[in-house]
Formats: sequence, structure tokens, C-alpha cells
Amino acid sequence: MLGLKKFLCVILSAILMLTLFAGCSGGQEGKPVLKVLNWGDYIGEGVIEDFEEEFGVEVIYDMFEQNEDMYTKLKTASGNASYDVVIPSDYMIQRMISEDMLEKIDVSAIPNFSLIDDKFKDLAFDPGNQYSVPYMWGTVGIIYNTTMIDEEVNSWSILWDQKYAKNMFMMNSVRDSMGIALKYLGYSMNTDNMDEITEAQAALIAQKPLLLGYTGDEIKDKMIAGEAALAVIYSGDAITCIDQNDDLAYAVPEEGTNVWFDNMCVVKGSQNIELAQQFINFMCRTDIAQRNNEYINYSTPQIEVYEGLSDDLKNDPLFYPSDDILDKCEVYEDLGDMVKVYDDMWTEVIIS
Amino acid sequence: MKKAYLTALPYAVYACIFIVAPLILIVVYSFTSSGGEFTLEHFQRFFNFDNPAYMLVLWRSVRTAFVSTVICLLIGYPMAYILSKISARLRSILAFLFVLPMWMNFLLRTYAWMTLLEKTGIINTLLGAMGLPALNIMYTEWAVVLGNVYNFLPFMILPIYTSLTKMDQSLIEAAQDLGANRRGVFFKVTFPLSLPGVISGISMTFMPAVTTFIISRLLGGGQNALIGDIIENQFKVVGDWGFGSALSVILMVLILLSMNIMRRYEAENAEGGVLL
Amino acid sequence: MKKQRIGTWSVIYSALIFAFLYAPIVVLIIFSFNESKSRGSWGGFSLKWYESLFRNSDIMDALYTTLSVAFIASLVAVVIGTAAAIGIYYSRKRFKSLMTNITYLPMLNPDIVTGISLLILFLFLGINLGYTSLLLAHITFDIPYVILSVMPKLNQLDKNLYEAALDLGATPLEAFFKVILPEISPGVFTGFILAFTMSIDDFVISFFTTGPGTSTLSVTIYSMARKGIKPEINALSTIMFVVILILLVVVNIRSAKDVKKDSHRGGGSFL
Repeated sequence: MLGLKKFLCVILSAILMLTLFAGCSGGQEGKPVLKVLNWGDYIGEGVIEDFEEEFGVEVIYDMFEQNEDMYTKLKTASGNASYDVVIPSDYMIQRMISEDMLEKIDVSAIPNFSLIDDKFKDLAFDPGNQYSVPYMWGTVGIIYNTTMIDEEVNSWSILWDQKYAKNMFMMNSVRDSMGIALKYLGYSMNTDNMDEITEAQAALIAQKPLLLGYTGDEIKDKMIAGEAALAVIYSGDAITCIDQNDDLAYAVPEEGTNVWFDNMCVVKGSQNIELAQQFINFMCRTDIAQRNNEYINYSTPQIEVYEGLSDDLKNDPLFYPSDDILDKCEVYEDLGDMVKVYDDMWTEVIIS
Repeated sequence: MKKAYLTALPYAVYACIFIVAPLILIVVYSFTSSGGEFTLEHFQRFFNFDNPAYMLVLWRSVRTAFVSTVICLLIGYPMAYILSKISARLRSILAFLFVLPMWMNFLLRTYAWMTLLEKTGIINTLLGAMGLPALNIMYTEWAVVLGNVYNFLPFMILPIYTSLTKMDQSLIEAAQDLGANRRGVFFKVTFPLSLPGVISGISMTFMPAVTTFIISRLLGGGQNALIGDIIENQFKVVGDWGFGSALSVILMVLILLSMNIMRRYEAENAEGGVLL
Repeated sequence: MKKQRIGTWSVIYSALIFAFLYAPIVVLIIFSFNESKSRGSWGGFSLKWYESLFRNSDIMDALYTTLSVAFIASLVAVVIGTAAAIGIYYSRKRFKSLMTNITYLPMLNPDIVTGISLLILFLFLGINLGYTSLLLAHITFDIPYVILSVMPKLNQLDKNLYEAALDLGATPLEAFFKVILPEISPGVFTGFILAFTMSIDDFVISFFTTGPGTSTLSVTIYSMARKGIKPEINALSTIMFVVILILLVVVNIRSAKDVKKDSHRGGGSFL
């Protein structure tokens, strides 16, 4: 056994050396650390590295898939382990404000705030932008493969069409899926009427056999590869998909849909409020915002970045909807006590 | 060495904090409502016969695990048997080849099947090239079964193989001398003696299969939620720790009970090597 | 003894099983060199995924975390576990069976329950999720494996050895280090390897006990796989497969040599 043991000892010491070495070279002593929590695939390439270089700091960048994940993550990451900057959506920001989870932002520390179109400021979920700064916005819609669909896609009802059985994906998101079902039935996406909610749940359960599954970020790859004919997707992701597969197209149903806003916030109890605000300011800088926009393709709230877009994109009603379309769209609101009801209803859909 | 048991004290303390206390906490949480009071509501939600959604999930998990285990057994036993009959030198090389996939990261093995099974994946590409219809089992329960079988087959083969090779050959010879034919020898001598290995293999397959959430997430499409998915969802997304804990307690009791039952059937001399 | 010939059916059957086990891995390896990202078609030979793998700091960080946590946790587990095994071995029946049952708990419990219970514990105690919590979790499930490996060796110990050492004038501590420890060292060593392996391969428990900025290889692979097929993962699989293959081959060649010397062993690859 001796030879064997010796050999393994050598290997293990080698591993130890390697890890210590890696630790030494990789470690950054004494630099301030900023912890950012953002959606997956939601920032331009190299932006974080550039911020690190410009400000001489280290950034720990974690990602989440849905607002609800992010909320739970923040609740469980306590004290020193908590994040500094977080980028939730409208209704979640509303909820976090009411639960005192965010720090008030000092707008004077964020001069680039002025580069943002007033249309996106002072929205219902954060009056006066006391807690958040606009990052991106968009809609929820249907992405479809034109080679597999030969009719017009203009209604949510197509997602309940037997013709496309086992050829569709829905989103693994409680608000989005419940919201779509509610809209399909003609109700508000923010309803607290139990009958309506139950009806929506029944619709989703009825729809389930027609679906391939509930997806998250992987929907982009799947639609590009042609795995399905239809899927629910966020507007920016739709552009990304269409860029890589021109058989694809995006549609915003006539019944109306959800228009959402993702804003940047500072987490309550952050030890780096100043640095966090500098990060937010950095993200609002025109060149950075442009890079973000180009990479993730979501609609930008920034005036100059918008001006810099191609005319095709600027006038595309799908990605920069006109006001009459926007009138039919709803912004999610914090459901308050109904959150649990929606969650439980949705869980029952998944397990049915 | 009377005071020797003191050396176990550091571990005893550690175990109390990190093994016993957490389990007590889970049980406590399972009986606590979001308001902090004692409640049975989480368990009632599970044992709800008007809306047995959650019991169905558990049943589905058990069923999927059961099917996977049976398939593993049916495929694995013959393989272990064949292995045990090969000459010793060749045998260790082959056994090594079986063990090798086990050492690959569990996630990577599951991920490998993602690439194969997708609608536009490799299997379908090959089938298409041969003019055969596409295989669409991705996102179905069968994909999960396939993932289970793939991941746990070596864990089924190995204990049975060990059991078979450690068998006392003289017993077989005695049976043959007494006039038993091949089938008789197998069913009356070989198989019963290999049972400890079979039990080992079953427990190493069934238990992880019931509680997995990785395989169902990656291969099942988020549709075929198993009990593991629900528990993970309750903790990481919904944030209902009370309900999640209740589900965990139910799962834990189920597993510990079945392990207990299986242990009763195991031979006295089950070595650590067989189990692992 | 009658030698049994292996029939052709057996050969075919074995070949099929092997194909089943290895096909996915082989596919991953082949496609790790694929120029195009697609899983359906071959775009030409390329090493670009390997390049992007090494440039991917998430994966590199995760690799470092995985290795260091596994190493440190196994080391700590060996110390506490060996001490525990000795203590349990020499204790009275009730304490012994109590401790043995507690030791078995993390091994019998589904990973998900262990992981969640630890998550709850850390939050209850106010321990921040991160490297520390990850390490503590790993130590927790590693120790039972050490105890499990050391106990058989203790059982094989000749009870008289210790007494003999004391009779010859050794202090209890000397007797331990010079007599008992060498006898059980194969078990200790095995325990270390086992704990190390369990830590490296763990996913579920790590998934619930890591925190911001900390991630293990498995957890990182999981988040990447959830986003879809990433060819970097193919490259990673290939590298891991080759490393493991080399390690296991070397270990088995050496242990085969030892088998020839040591006629008591049962042969075959232990690992």
C-alpha cells in the first residue's frame, strides 16, 4: 500500500499547492468589494470588468432567474453577505419598498440620471424615484417560428391551440404565466378576485398537456435551435433570438400584455452605498448603456441611446410600442397578501 | 482505555450542532406558521384529500423512482452476472470501466443526456439521417427515468457484482453435484446469495431517484415536478419554509422507513465496500 | 472448477451496456471540439471552447473553491472523525449505538433534506452564507465517511497492542501515535480519499449552503446547464474525464501491483 499512498500524497499536495497558489494570485487584497445581483444574461460584455478597472474595485456578480428567486435570495443573504446593488422589476421594487429592503438613493450622486427620458421616471411603483433608477424596460410577448406557423399570431389564445400541441413553451414565472392566463380570459393581471384567479389556474392546468415545458433563460437557445413553434418570451430576448435565426418573429397579442420596468436599486444595509451609487451612475453613462443595450437588446429608457438606434428598431412597434398599444398593457403591481395565493396556485399548476 | 470515549466528544458536540439541531429545526419549522405559531396547516396542506396535488407529486416521485430502479435491476443484474463469470484479470479491467462513469460529475452526466435528447439534439439528428421518426422523450417522465437509469446503473451493477464474486463457489458446485441444472443453480443458490448486493443496489438507486430535482429539472422541462423540485421551489423561490420543511419531514420519514425495511433484509456481514 | 465460456449473447449484451454508459460521454467529448455551437451538426474542428473555458472566471473560481473546500473539509473531517471513531469504539454500548446512529443520519438522509436543514441552521445561527457555511456543510457530511472507514480498522485491531505498548513504558499518547495510529492509518487514508471524493462531487448540499460570490463546480455547471447547452461544459467534461481516467488508471495499476504482493486481498479495483 505504501507506493500507492505515497503517490496519492504527492497528488494531493500538488492540489493543495495549486489551490493555495491560485488563491494567492486570484485574491485581491484590500480592494473594496461590490456585490451585484442581476438577471441572467442582462449586462453587456466586459462592463463589469471595465467598472472594476475604472474604479479599482472587485465586483461579485451573481444572477437570478425570476424576481421571486431574487427576493428569497436577499432575504436569506443577511448581514455582511447581502448584496449592494440589485436590479428587480417594478412590482418587486414596490414590495421591497414596503418591506423596507431598499436604501433611499441620493439622486444628486447619480448625475447620469438626467440622461434618462422623463417618461420612465416617477412611475407608480416608485414615486419620485426615491429608491430606483431605470435600467431597461420591455414587454412580454410570443416568439414564434414562421416556418412552423402559417397564421397570424395576435392573440394569447394561440397558446391554447391544439394544433400546436407539444410544440410550445410557457414561462416558469408565477406572475408572467398567471398574468397571461388572466389576460387570455380578459381579466386584469393584478386581480385579487379569487374566482378569476381560480379560472386562470384552471386554464393553465388545461394548457399543460399542450406544452413541452416551462422554461427560463434556456428559451433563447431552444427557439434559436427550432425546438418549438411558440414560446413566451421577454421582448429583448426576442430580438436576440431573431438576430440569430431569422425564421423567428415576435408578437404582442391584441388583448394586451405586461409592460415591465427593471430598475437599479441599493439594498438596505449595504456597506458600500457610495460605491453602489457610483455603479448605478456608471451603468447610466451613455457609452455603457449603449453597450448593455446592444448586447442584451432590451428597450432602453435612455434618451441618447434611443436616438442612436437604427430607424427600423426605433419605429418597430413591437419593441418601442406606440401609446395606444401601451394603453392596453398593464404594469404588474405588488399583490401584497395575494402573493401567497398566486404562488400556491402556480405551484399547483406545476405539479398537476 | 476507559476515558477514550472522550476523544469522541468534539464530534459529539459538532454532531449535535450540525446534524441533530438542523433536523430538529426542520421539524419545528414544519409545525410553525408564517406568523410564528404552532400549526398543523402545512401537513394538512399535504394530506389534503380534496386537493391531493402534493400527495400526487410524492406518488409520482416514488413511481418514477420505482420504475427507474426496476429497469436498473433488470438491466444491471445480467450485466453483473456476466461480469462475475469473466476471468479475474479481465474482470478487474471491466469493473474499472464501469466505475469510471461513476466518477464523472453527476451533473455532467445528466447534462450529457440533454444534448442527446433534445428535439434538435444528436439522437434525432442521427435518426433523421437514417430516415427514422424523431424521438421526443425530452420533457417527459421517460426522460427522467432515462436520466435516472443512466446515472444509477453503475450503482446497481457494482454491489451485485461484488456480492456475486464474493460468493462461496463451493456452494454452487455442491448444488451442481446434487444434480441441479443451470436454472436451478441460479434461482435456488446464486440469486438468493446475491440478495445483499441486490438490496444494496436497490437502496443506492431508489433513494436518490426519489429525492432528485436535478434530473427532473434538466431533462423533465420543469413540467414533471418531483417532490425534490417542490421542496427546492418552496425554499428558493416561494419562500414558504414552513411548507417546505413539512414536505422535507415527510420525505425524510419515508426514506428512513424504507432504508430500515431494507436493512432488515441485508446479510449480517454487509461491508462498507459493498455499500459504497 | 468448471470454466464457463462467455456466450456471444453475453458479449453483445455487455457491449450494449458499455455503449449506453459511454455514448453520452463520448458525444460530449466529440462535440467539445465542434466549431459550431449546434448539437446537430459538425462545423469543423476547433479548440475555441477550451479557450473560452479557461477564460471563464466563474468556472475557474468555482474550480478553486471546489478543490480547496474539499481538501480542507476532508482534512478537518479526518481529524475529528478519527478521534470520534476511536472514542466510539471504546465507549459503552448505549453511547456507541447512539453515536453510530447519529453518524449514519447524514448518509441515510436525502441530500436535499441535509442541505435544507443546514441552510435553516445557518440562518438560525446568523452565520452568513458563503465560503464558511459551505465549508462547515462539507465537513458535516464528510465526517461520517471517515468514521465509516476507520471503524473496520479499529475492529481489526488486536486489543492487546495498546496494553503491550503501555507495559513497555509508553505514555498513553505515545502508545496512540506509535501503535494504534499506524495500524488504522489505511482506514484513515481511505476515509480522507472518500471524504474528498464526496466533497468534490457534491451538488445538492452545496447548492443550498453557498452564498454570494461563492460557488462550487457542480453548482456553476448547474446554473450554466439551466441556461441551455453551453459547449464550454463539453470542454470541461472532456478535461475532467481525461484527468479521472489517468488518475484511476494509475491508482489501479499500482494497487494491482500491491495485490500481487499482498495475497490476502480480494483483487479488483477498490475504487
